[in-house]
Amino acid sequence: MGSNKRTAAEQADFKQELTQVVPHLRAFARGLCGRADMADDLVQETMLKAWAAQQRFEPGTSMRAWTFVILRNAYLTDMRRNRFRGEYDEGVAERILTAPAGQEEPIHLSDMHRALLTLPPERREALLLVGAGGFSYEEAAEICGCAIGTIKSRVGRARAALTSMLTDGDIPKRHIDDEAAHRAILEELDDVAAGNGIAARS
Amino acid sequence: MMAGNKDKGGTGSAEISATKKKDVTDAEWANGLRQLYDSVVDEELPDSFKDLLSKLDNKGD
Repeated sequence: MGSNKRTAAEQADFKQELTQVVPHLRAFARGLCGRADMADDLVQETMLKAWAAQQRFEPGTSMRAWTFVILRNAYLTDMRRNRFRGEYDEGVAERILTAPAGQEEPIHLSDMHRALLTLPPERREALLLVGAGGFSYEEAAEICGCAIGTIKSRVGRARAALTSMLTDGDIPKRHIDDEAAHRAILEELDDVAAGNGIAARS
Repeated sequence: MMAGNKDKGGTGSAEISATKKKDVTDAEWANGLRQLYDSVVDEELPDSFKDLLSKLDNKGD
C-alpha cells in the first residue's frame, strides 16, 4: 500500500476499532448469507477492504456502520456473481437453538433463520440492521443508501412476512434453489445495488 | 455507535404472549432475531480472524 496518510497512532486506533466490530460483522454476514463459512469469508474480505480504505473513515463516526456498508456492498457483488445461494447451514442453526424460558412454544431459531433467508435481500438486511443489529432507522437508511421511509417500509414488510411464516409454520424449504425465485432475487439485487448512494459513496 | 451491550433479549418476550400458543408475536420474533445475532457476536473469534488482524499491521506500513 503506498498511500500512508495516517500516522501509526491513527492506524492503531483504526485497527482497534475494526477489531471491536468484527463480531458484529460476522453476525450481520451470517444473517445475510446464511452459511457460516461463507459469512466469515465475506467478513475477511470486508476487513481487508476496510483496512485498505481506512483513510476514508472519519474518526469519531461509527465504525460498525462504516464497515457494514463495505460488507453489504461486497455481499451484493458476490450475490450477483452467484457465490451465495442462500444455503442454509442446518448445523449452525441447531447449535444455537435455544428455548427461551417460560414459553410453551418457543420459536426455533433454526426456523427463524430459515424464514429470514427466504426474505428478499433488501428486506432481510433492513430487518437485520434494525431488528438484530440495533441500528436506528436513520442509521440503517444511511448504511443502505436509501430513505428512512424506505427502511421503515422494508422492516414492516419483513416483519409481517416473518410473523406470518412463523405463525403458520409455513417456511419455504429452499426457496432460492428455485430458478425463477433466484432470478427474481437477482433482479431485486440490482435495485438494491442501485440505491447504494449516500453512505456507500467513495 | 457500538450497540454492543444490548440486553440480549432480557426484556423478555416470555410473558407477553402467555395466552397465545400459535400466534408468533412481534416480541417473540424480535427476540429470536436478536438471539440469532447475539449468538454470533458472542462466539469466540476464530483464529483465522486473529491471524488476519495481526497481518494488517505489516500491510499498513
